[in-house]
Formats: sequence, structure tokens, C-alpha cells
Amino acid sequence: MTRTPERSPLSPTQLVDEYFVENRNRLLEIAAFLDRLDRADASLASDDFRVRVFADAIRALSTAGPRRLTHIQMLLSDPTTKPLASLDRKGAVGAFDPSLAEIRR
Amino acid sequence: MKYIDHHAHMVSRTTDDYAQMALSGCLAVSEPAFWAGWDRSTPEGFLDYFRQLTDFEPKRAAQYAITHYNWLGMNPKESDDRAISLAVLKHLPALLDGPTVLGIGEIGMNRVTQNEIATYTDQVAMAAEFRQLVLIHTPHLEDKLKGTRVTVDVLRRYPSLPPSRVLVDHAEEHTIGLILEHGFWAGLTLYPQTKVSAARAVDLIEQYGPDRILVAGACDWGPSEPLAVPKFVMEMRRRRHSEALIERVVLENPIRFLGQSPKFRLPAGLEAFAARPA
Repeated sequence: MTRTPERSPLSPTQLVDEYFVENRNRLLEIAAFLDRLDRADASLASDDFRVRVFADAIRALSTAGPRRLTHIQMLLSDPTTKPLASLDRKGAVGAFDPSLAEIRR
Repeated sequence: MKYIDHHAHMVSRTTDDYAQMALSGCLAVSEPAFWAGWDRSTPEGFLDYFRQLTDFEPKRAAQYAITHYNWLGMNPKESDDRAISLAVLKHLPALLDGPTVLGIGEIGMNRVTQNEIATYTDQVAMAAEFRQLVLIHTPHLEDKLKGTRVTVDVLRRYPSLPPSRVLVDHAEEHTIGLILEHGFWAGLTLYPQTKVSAARAVDLIEQYGPDRILVAGACDWGPSEPLAVPKFVMEMRRRRHSEALIERVVLENPIRFLGQSPKFRLPAGLEAFAARPA
């Protein structure tokens, strides 16, 4: 089925005017988070799967094109479709642990 | 702007929230059965909860001139327990006849276990057999993609359940295309952190257009926002979208989806919506 997009009437410059400051703040929050981790334990960047994928996601932010968000969602997602044999925990943690994919094979 | 919030866990909310929602234009809510944040220990615990949804909550909402509808089912978070799930499902067909029950929901998966899929599939089969509308929860965060894929795979095995009668909720950028391309409705639930923000929801409307897309605030027991839909309206206005487009998303679309149930009544003054082409 063909869908009809509804582009915002805002011009590109108006979009920047409207959204720059709040996204500048988000950028600084991310930088502060990474600095905080480094002050706590710089080895987390390589040891914790969530921090590793976070770094991958930041690299994806720097790529060109309109699908950065979907790319990052895919980086964070469980790419498998095989059901779990039993419930391992109640909640999600925010990022897929690739080492689990090996265990499930 | 008048609106309908199709996914609102009002049992978690105070009457102050009902008042704020009414003041901001909410005409109706629909409340899917869900997890309370802790597991119930008996099937009877679910039956009491269903009574709260179908008996008590509509009366509480009515005090604020909000019409309350509901959905019943075994929620994904507790559906891995097959013994309790099967015991609860035995009661479901009779309860679906309730005057404010719009269908089966929210059903689906949490961690995508074999048991969760079995309970979900049982309920999809029940919806097909009893010609019910369905509201589906898709998993959180890293489990959403996998859960949405399995959700759609199961639904496709039930061609007697028309896609137009199924809402796959909690869609995000990486799942909305899959949902829409199979003819289902896609729900965007607006959360402060874990799902879609108002700005991202507007992005999705801009990319996909408004057809078969709903937005909701969820209003659950965790971090969530009872005024999320009015804030979405504000974000649409911030992008200079037309009032007609905004109304299409927050009022006309829920009427189109929920109105497939004969129990759904058009809010007073909106009878003209019944005559509009889909």
C-alpha cells in the first residue's frame, strides 16, 4: 500500500532554529555520561556490552543519510528470532548482548 | 484539541490525572489489561483486576466525562506462566461480552519465550474465533524487533483475523514499517525514555503519513505521561502541521479503529465522523 508522507511546513533553517538548543543539550548530556563512566572505570568502554554498543551508536550518528535512528535501533536490538526456551529475566536492559547469541546456538 | 487515548492504564493513575486529561480535551480512553509490576499469584487475582477494569474504572472516568473502554487478556509479562494463563483464558470468552470491553488485549510477548508465544497464539486464535479486535503489546527495548517479527508471523497464520482489526502497539522506527506493510494498525506510545518521544512520533507521521497510526500516553505505573497526547498535539503544532492533520491522528484514527467494535459509541458532537470515508 502506498503511503503519503506529511512533510513539516518548516524550512530546514526553521527546523534548526526550533530544535538546535535542545539537541545541543542532549549532545552535552551524552558527553557528560561518557566522561562520568571514564572517571568511574575507563575499562567499561571495552568490558560492558552496553557501553560498547553505545560507542557503535555514536559512530553511526556521524554517518550521512536519513536512517541513522533506524541503524542505531538495529545495533541495539536482538537480531535473532529463535524463542527463549525459558524465561531468563523479567525485563529488557536496553541493548542486546551478542554473547547470548552464541549461547543460544 | 479533542482526543482519544487508546492505551491508558488508568488503574495506575489518580483522579487528578483524569481531571487533567479531561481539561486537555480527552473524550475517551481505552485501557488494556496489563502487568501490575508484580506477578499475580492466582487466576482469581486476574478476575478481580478485570472487574476493576470493566466495572470500577468506567465509573471513575465518567466523573470527568471521559468514556472508559477496556481490553481483556493475559498480558505478556505474566504469560510465561502457562498454568495461570490457561486458567485465566478459560474465563475470557464470557467476559468479552461486557458492555465496555472492546476486544482482547494487551497480548503479545515480553522476552519472547516459547511459553509466551504459546499464550499469545492461544489468544490470537480466540480473537479470530470470537471476531474480536486485538491490541498487541510489543516488547521493550532490545527485544522489540524480535518480538514484533514473531508477533506478525503468528498473526499471518490467522487469515480469518483481518489485519484492519489488529493494533500492534509500541511501534518504533525499526518496527513500524513491518507492522504497516502487513495492513495492521500501528500504535505509537509516547514515553519519556523507553519508547517514542512526541518529536519522534511526529517524525514518523511525517515519514509514513497518518493512515492506520495511533498515538497514546500509556499512563502506566512507571515513568509515563498522562498528558502525552496533548503534548504530541503541541509538537505537531510546533512543526506547523495543520489542525486537520492533527485531528486525524488523535481523534479520527482512534474512532476508526475502536469504532470497529459495536460497543464503541461516538462521543457527543462527533457524529459527523461516522459519515467520513475511511
